[in-house]
Parts: sequence; C-alpha cells; structure tokens
Amino acid sequence: MTEKGAKSNADWAVLMVKVRDARDEAAFIALFNHFAPRIKAFLMKSGAEATMAEDCAQDVMTTVWRKAHLFDPARASVATWIFTIARNRRIDLLRKERRPEAEDLTWGPEAEPDQADALALQQECDALGQAMAALPETQRALIEKAYFGDLSHSEIASVTGLPLGTIKSRIRLALNRLRQSMK
Amino acid sequence: MIKHHLTEDLMIGYAAGTLPEAVNLAVATHISLCDDCRAAVDTYDAMGGSVMNGCDGVAMSSDSLNAALASIRAPESAPVAPPKPRRDAVLPAPLLDYVGGGLDAVKWSPVGMGVKQAILPTSKAATARLLYIPSGVGVPDHGHRGIELTLVLQGAFRDEEDVFARGDIEIATEADEHTPIAEIGEDCICLAVTDAPLKFRGLLPRIAQPFLRI
Repeated sequence: MTEKGAKSNADWAVLMVKVRDARDEAAFIALFNHFAPRIKAFLMKSGAEATMAEDCAQDVMTTVWRKAHLFDPARASVATWIFTIARNRRIDLLRKERRPEAEDLTWGPEAEPDQADALALQQECDALGQAMAALPETQRALIEKAYFGDLSHSEIASVTGLPLGTIKSRIRLALNRLRQSMK
Repeated sequence: MIKHHLTEDLMIGYAAGTLPEAVNLAVATHISLCDDCRAAVDTYDAMGGSVMNGCDGVAMSSDSLNAALASIRAPESAPVAPPKPRRDAVLPAPLLDYVGGGLDAVKWSPVGMGVKQAILPTSKAATARLLYIPSGVGVPDHGHRGIELTLVLQGAFRDEEDVFARGDIEIATEADEHTPIAEIGEDCICLAVTDAPLKFRGLLPRIAQPFLRI
C-alpha cells in the first residue's frame, strides 16, 4: 500500500525505462524531483556538508541519465540503483578512493529480462520498504546508521522481519537467466 | 562449485560502502565468481535503496534541476564508450583493473621458497596482494592481527580446516593460526587481503617479512 499520489517502485521503473529507451526528459524531471532531495539527505547524513551534497546529488542524477542503459529492472529498483551510484560518489568524495565493482553482467543484444520477473522484483522492493517502515525505531535506526557509514555493520545482520530472502531469490533467478543469455 | 562464501558482515559492509578499498576488492572479486553472494550483496543494496528512499528529502536549490537538464542536454565530452572488456582466465574483472592487465602483466616479487607476491595499489587502510604459491609449497606459518581474507584464483590450497579452490574465500580472524599449503597439481594463485600487518612465526620467515611490506 502506498499513500495517495505516491509512486510504487514499479512506477519509478517505468519512468526509468522511458529515460533509458526513449531519452524522455519529462520522466527524468519526475525522477529528479523525487530522488535528488533524497540523495542530498542521504549524503548529508553520511557526513557531507550541504553544498557538497547538493552538487553531488545533481551529479548523481546526471549519471542516472548517462548510464541509463545499465538499469535492469529485473535486478534492482530505481531507488536501489540510484543508491549504488550515490554511495560510490560518497566513497569517491569523502574517502578519495574508488570502489572496486564486480564484473558487469549485461543482457546480450537478443535477450531482455522477463517483464513479469522485473515487476515481481519491484513489488518485493515495495514490500521491503513497508517492512522497514514497520520496524521498531531502534532496529530501523541501526540499519540507517550502518548505511550512513557511522556504525559497524555487525549488528544489523541480526535484524529480522525483513523480506530479504525473497528479494535474494528473485535476483538469483535473474542472474541465472542472465548467465543463460550470455552463453 | 564454490564452498566458502562471504560473511553477512562483509556483504553488508560492501553494500553500505564502509569497508577499506582492499577488502572491497576481495568482495568484488568473489562476487564476480559467485552468483549466490552477488545476489545477496544486491539484496543489501536494495536495503540501502530503501534507506535512501525513506529519507526525508532536503530541498534542492531552485536552479539545480535546470543545471541538471543543461548538463544532460550538453553533448557528452567523451562519449561514454565502455572500455573494451578485457578477459583473463585467472583474474576476474576487478583485478584486471588493479593489475592493469591480465596475469602476464602482474609484477611479481619473490619472497622465498618460490613464493611470489604483488601488492596491489589500494588505500592504506588494508593491504591487497596477489600470492603465487608453487604446487606443494606452504605459505610461511603466520598469525595475524585483525582479519585476513584469502581468495583462490587458480589451483587450490589446504589448511588445517579444509581445501579451498577457485572462488573460495577463507576468512581468518585473529584467533586462527593457519598454515596453508598449495595442493599438488597446479601452482596456486590467491588474492590475500589483510587489515593489519602479518606477523610471521619462525626465524626464516621473520627475516623475510620486511620484504613483504606488510
């Protein structure tokens, strides 16, 4: 359930696919208006001062446009994908180092993720968002702090009640199909 | 078939972006070979996405959208032509970047008994090195402070606990004193990451330690 007017992950994915496939500026503007202030907030909570966070959020959104071809709705929600770009910029800015990335896996020219798979993943990400919002405050704070980078992460593995297993199986399935398509 | 995987701690730390660069390199290399751990790491990314999406936004300045639009409309300075993917039978993609080429580009230095190493350029918070251990040879007996990750890229090694083959990662803590020995058959190549200097036991390895820069 989403509040009235709020978009689900599937809605954001549709907009992102428009940016990716049709270079749709209106879709980009909608994504910018929703995500840029959240990226800025995330970076400020991670220790960046406001001006740097603002510049960086703008830069992350430009990257979203430029690297749109890498967005794969069967493996990540738009929020997740943008989070990974923002996190990497944070490492780059605050620690002056790069983040080694796993080998890229991309769909071959003739293969695409199954739409039903992609939709299922987006819905599971909605469920994750709702489960996070429903966590007791102390547990949610633990997770947030780990992602803002000011807590050791060893405690959050013990947080329960999040549908992480279903998301993992869904992504695992997408990876299997991807490997098949690469053969 | 990979038997030895990443811990939840490492996967969460990689997703949160809080690990030293050298440790990130070991995680990125393992998940290039292990789709199970890749899916788990992607899941912790999803948790990060949820955290970011759940933040109360901080308003952007009024001209930031226009600046972003100007930037996406501008012709891209250097068209983002993805660099030609290099392939190497032994080194997964993240290591190719750090070595600056495939296995034949590694600049090995001998550390004795036929063992060779190459330190990779990462931040100093932890050290990443490639180790080359001839078939049947043992890595000098050592304990270590902090954590040591050993990821097998070629061949296999055996220690007191088990056998580790390509893709397997051994995660040793301070308490472990182990003596890995390369299995007979093929020389063993590993990525080893330590977050504190190794301390070697026994006279000969101790003399060798200064050359190991660890």
